[in-house]
Amino acid sequence: MAFITANWNPLGEAFYRKTELYEMCWTLRDGLRDSLVAAAPYGGPIALLRESHRRSPSSRPQLEIYSASGVAIASFPWKSGPVVQLGWTVSDELLCVQEDGSVLIYDLFGSFKRHFSMGQEVVQSQVLEAKVFHSPYGTGIAIVTGSSRFTLATNIDDLKLRRLPEVPGLQGKPSCWVVLTQDRQTKVLLSNGPELYILDNTSCTAVCPPGLSPQAGSIVHMSVSFSYKYLALFTDTGHLWTGSSDLQDKLSEVDTKKTTTPKQMVWCRRPKSQQPSVVLMWDRLLMVTGVCNDTIQFPIEDPCVLVGELDGVRIISSVYQELLQEVPLVCQDIFKIASMAPGALLLEAHREYEKSSQKADEYLREIKEQSMLGEAVRQCVEAASHEYDTSTQKSLLRAASFGKCFLTDFNPDVFVSTCRELRVLNAVRESSVGMPLTHTQFKQMTLQVLIDRLVYRQFYQLAIEICHYLKIPDYQGVSRVLKHWASCKVQQKDLSDESIARAVCVKVGDSPGVSYSHIAAKAYECGRTELAIKLLDFEARAGEQVPLLLKMKRSQLALSKAVESGDTDLVYTVVTYLKNEMNRGDFFMTLRNQPVALSLYRQFCKLQEQDTLKDLYNQDDDHHELANYYVTASYREKRLDTRLSLLQSAVDEYNKAKNEFAAKATEDEMRLLRFQRKLDDEKGAGLLGLSLQATMEALLALGLHKQAEQLYRDFRVPDKRYWWLKLKSLAEKEEWEELEKFSRSKKSPIGYLAFIEVCMKCNNKYEAKKYVSKVTPEQKVKAHLAISDLEGAADAAIERRNDSEMGAVLSRCSASHQLLIERLNRARAAAAKK
Amino acid sequence: MAAHLSYGRVNLNILREAARKELREFLDKCAGSKAIVWDEYLTGPFGLIAQYSLLKEHEVEKMFTLKSGRLPSAEVKNIIFFVRPRLELMDIIAENVFREDKLHSSRDFHILFVPRRSLLCEQRLKEQGVLGSFINIDEYILDLIPYDGDLLSMEYESAFRECYLENDQTSLYHTAKGLMTLQALYGTIPQIYGKGECARHVANMMLRMKREFAGSQNQILPVFDTLLLLDRNVDLLTPLATQLTYEGLIDEIYGISNGYVKLPPEKFAQKKQGEASKDLPTEPKKLQLNSAEELYAEIRDKNFNAVGAALSKKAKIISAAFEERHNAKTVGEIKQFVSQLPHMQAARSSLANHTSIAELIKDITTSEAFFDNLTVEQEFMTGVDTDKVNIYIEDSIAQKDPLIKILRLVCMQSVCNNGLKQKVLDYYKREILQTYGYEHILTLNNLEKVGLLKPQTSSRNNYPTIRKTLKLWMEDANEQNPNDISYVYSGYAPLSIRLTQVLARPGWRSIEEVLKMLPGPHFEERQQLPAGLHKKRKDQYSLGLLFALLLTTQNK
Repeated sequence: MAFITANWNPLGEAFYRKTELYEMCWTLRDGLRDSLVAAAPYGGPIALLRESHRRSPSSRPQLEIYSASGVAIASFPWKSGPVVQLGWTVSDELLCVQEDGSVLIYDLFGSFKRHFSMGQEVVQSQVLEAKVFHSPYGTGIAIVTGSSRFTLATNIDDLKLRRLPEVPGLQGKPSCWVVLTQDRQTKVLLSNGPELYILDNTSCTAVCPPGLSPQAGSIVHMSVSFSYKYLALFTDTGHLWTGSSDLQDKLSEVDTKKTTTPKQMVWCRRPKSQQPSVVLMWDRLLMVTGVCNDTIQFPIEDPCVLVGELDGVRIISSVYQELLQEVPLVCQDIFKIASMAPGALLLEAHREYEKSSQKADEYLREIKEQSMLGEAVRQCVEAASHEYDTSTQKSLLRAASFGKCFLTDFNPDVFVSTCRELRVLNAVRESSVGMPLTHTQFKQMTLQVLIDRLVYRQFYQLAIEICHYLKIPDYQGVSRVLKHWASCKVQQKDLSDESIARAVCVKVGDSPGVSYSHIAAKAYECGRTELAIKLLDFEARAGEQVPLLLKMKRSQLALSKAVESGDTDLVYTVVTYLKNEMNRGDFFMTLRNQPVALSLYRQFCKLQEQDTLKDLYNQDDDHHELANYYVTASYREKRLDTRLSLLQSAVDEYNKAKNEFAAKATEDEMRLLRFQRKLDDEKGAGLLGLSLQATMEALLALGLHKQAEQLYRDFRVPDKRYWWLKLKSLAEKEEWEELEKFSRSKKSPIGYLAFIEVCMKCNNKYEAKKYVSKVTPEQKVKAHLAISDLEGAADAAIERRNDSEMGAVLSRCSASHQLLIERLNRARAAAAKK
Repeated sequence: MAAHLSYGRVNLNILREAARKELREFLDKCAGSKAIVWDEYLTGPFGLIAQYSLLKEHEVEKMFTLKSGRLPSAEVKNIIFFVRPRLELMDIIAENVFREDKLHSSRDFHILFVPRRSLLCEQRLKEQGVLGSFINIDEYILDLIPYDGDLLSMEYESAFRECYLENDQTSLYHTAKGLMTLQALYGTIPQIYGKGECARHVANMMLRMKREFAGSQNQILPVFDTLLLLDRNVDLLTPLATQLTYEGLIDEIYGISNGYVKLPPEKFAQKKQGEASKDLPTEPKKLQLNSAEELYAEIRDKNFNAVGAALSKKAKIISAAFEERHNAKTVGEIKQFVSQLPHMQAARSSLANHTSIAELIKDITTSEAFFDNLTVEQEFMTGVDTDKVNIYIEDSIAQKDPLIKILRLVCMQSVCNNGLKQKVLDYYKREILQTYGYEHILTLNNLEKVGLLKPQTSSRNNYPTIRKTLKLWMEDANEQNPNDISYVYSGYAPLSIRLTQVLARPGWRSIEEVLKMLPGPHFEERQQLPAGLHKKRKDQYSLGLLFALLLTTQNK
């Protein structure tokens, strides 16, 4: 496998290699010459705008968008003003910064999304240069205007323009400048002739790079590393200074012996870099300058574009795309000629094993003797992840797998996940997809972002397959893809609402976490209300569905959805909304069709708007409830006349409702009220509001027997109840004679035991005794017992030969009634015999 | 602290802890000292979740009752309103806030809606112009409250009224939500059975919500394997009958509310030697009743007639335990005895309490009135003379017995007769109106509307068939050593319990006819378990969850 190291170039201690990523699919007539080019990092898309005829109004420049592999995605003539700079946002949107300071945003497919301006004053002074940069806050833009002022926006999605202070002595644009993000602050570093300034929100400070030789000259080019940690400065004498971006430390200073300003200068590092370098590009030369003063030189034939990445530099030419990077340490260990690293030995062992050579065993033994087999496997796995060539990946992974067999407690997780991830990476690196991601970049950007980016590119199928393959929970993976897909689908103008809704429903189905209301909102945004409604039908969460329906003015539908959900608060919300939106008649009609909403609204009215309640019942011809309403209202009323008239209304309504009983009862109540008022007026009896029974009771207590009698007859009070009432009343007033007279007035409907009990309650045994003879035979025993006449009770019980009655008497007997007990026991025995 | 919740077959402490955690999190959101303004209705249910000590740990220094006017002054940073989402309460809060601002401007306001926040209420606060004054507006989902080791309750006493009288199904929505929370903690319940309109509605909402939550499928092994939803209106009879278990009678006579009962103090006066009982306590004695108390757990569900024996047996055991001290000879034995003392003393005081309560109850259950009432109830339940005016009811009205007693009996007669003959019904109604006042025409209308009282429409009375098929009446109920649930009502087996029993074995298919006679649809739903849980489930014991809408019958 010696050929693997064929493209390795030593740089100090380390090696650099240039790997071909793609043969570009595009055919560019004029190459990359005279074009504005923007290529997004992490293998993002490439935008091209030809500059050649930019100023001529007759021929419009063409804006072209390609994938990283050169597959055309979009192309359209540029119709707006002159463009100063192109750039990509973190979510794959194209930013076009125009001379007049306006920034136009397009999506990957070239459709215009929105625009904003970098400030009014820019329209006059014009943008001289612009830079698009990325920070933890998102994508930002910095411009320098014709009046030599800088303006910054750190996040274009939350636009806040900051005009930076003036730079002393600056005329026109500075000779070079970069944007730095340090300590959560965004600053501009610029050079103007021999001076170097740091420009932040409030001040402009002159600075000096530590250790820059005085003879180095003025800075004409500068570059900051991917992580904003390192800075490279190129002077007009060809000196390259490298150091930390806070200008505290110097790494090195190299004399490149080139006095022309490079066209592009980019840091080439990787995490845990041994030998970081800066790549400088001139018309025909690419120079890799390590901080160790070593250089590698590549000739170039064609104009190229350098794209700084996290772990290298991509070099895009009109024909090829290459990745220049420092060879990872683990790959060096394995592939370096005559390496004795465990990984290298394991790879060798496996190769021999495949050849069925016993040398395999020798190699293995050697690794195992050093107890390095685990380390060897780990190295092979890690190296595989850094290799771009699939056959190299395979041979490394096979070696790892082979080595694994001889290990007993090796955790296979890393091996398995690396295999899976490589498979995914190989799939997205395919030229047709065109995302030349390294494993390091992939880990940094995360799978979530990769899926998002596939989705932006509309590789839905691939995204879903990846989700399935990596077993990502649906709501994080597939659902997100489907959501994007559906949101995109609803914007397809050539399809009918019906077919889109059907397509969406079939694909999305019940996928967890896909919000139909989100999709519907998208459809509504595009002016497809009907489609939005169709889609909302699939939404399970009424809480999401209803507000959107209201927003679309589909209040009727919103109401029925709210009702369906069972969430009464939601129903109330819609009802309140309808109440304010509609006229009363329509509102009532709407409610009428929704019984649940109607009854909730009734509840609301009962508490808040009594009058509306009446109107509601009226409209529904609900006479029964209307009558109840009047009855309730009558109790709130103080004045008797109003009360009576309300009750009269209740009577009318009860009649209409064919509730004869209630009508009659209400009429009775009115009659009673009038009667009570009359007596209150005449006698000051204080009867008003009492029940009929209580009224009679009060009358009897006042001695108004005649009036009580009248009520008893008029209201057809059952005899029994009246007798009870009178009995109690007379006993309470101790009108014993009156009571006796009453008992004889006719046969008592409540019997005479009641008389005895009531008398006893008033502690009048004497009176009670009078009624004992009158009780029915069945109650004889009880009557005697009531007046504690045990003898009499015993007699009666024995006479009736009733066992349980005799028992009852017995239970009341105490030891002093010996004789009685014997008698009863005898009688009981006799009765039992029969 | 709430150990009794974890003794049952399902550890309900998980639910309680989840609720407490959420409460703590909310309190911590409002940094600094706090005062809570309570919607008074909520204090009871909250007591089952968290005591004052928990609130105190989170800097709650003052507690007020929500009322209109100005808030009492308190040196606190935060004022938190704990309220149900009701419009009338929003108006009070708005007034509170308005009056407040003029005095202090540095206090922060927060609202915690229980059990759910409401757009309507927030809208109201907005209209009143105070919505912006609140820093936090949150909801505290308190649907199913762990009431005891084997019981969850929503403590939602107006649910029946709302569902059947006002056609407001808010409570059902909360029920469904609560069951979803339960499933989130204890796993998806694979089988749902139900009977009745409201049960159907709850099940529908649950299935719907499951779709809404799709994706966040929980991987918990189901603890419950069956859920049974029953409408209260399927079994209106049971709550009308007088409860005859020990706990039931305490509730009938003194009323248990949120796990507490208030008792007349006389019986509980501390009788100390040589001290004249001059100053008897006048405050009612408040006791917490739950299974944490060993003795109560043992006797709560006994028929009251069996409680006396249980108490005296317990008394003997306790005094025997105290006697042990005479046998304790060695230091070790004495030490062991002493270590058991606190437990024994607690048992003794518990015994004293329950003996007093039992005496109080016995005074009532041995009265003639109680007996007569029970006799009539049992006659109705066995179908004796349910079609004519009952003399006992008539007499009770004449005696002006409490209206609630009359209504319970009349409704019971109506239920057991599948409605009353128009003449009988009108007679009762007239008697009630004439005696208790015309205003009760609304009470009666309401009872008719919910079906507790109704005129007979068809000549066919289904009740006897239902009674026979489901064996609702057992002649030989064994009160001491029960072998059938009918012991709880000394003969009557609650219909809802019978439905549950039949469902468990042999299944509802055997009683299709009866189910058709009872109101509302009956149904069965299966919930798909997440893949991977199927296999594991086989080894699990099965455990049913009965979730009846045990709604109280509040009249008026």
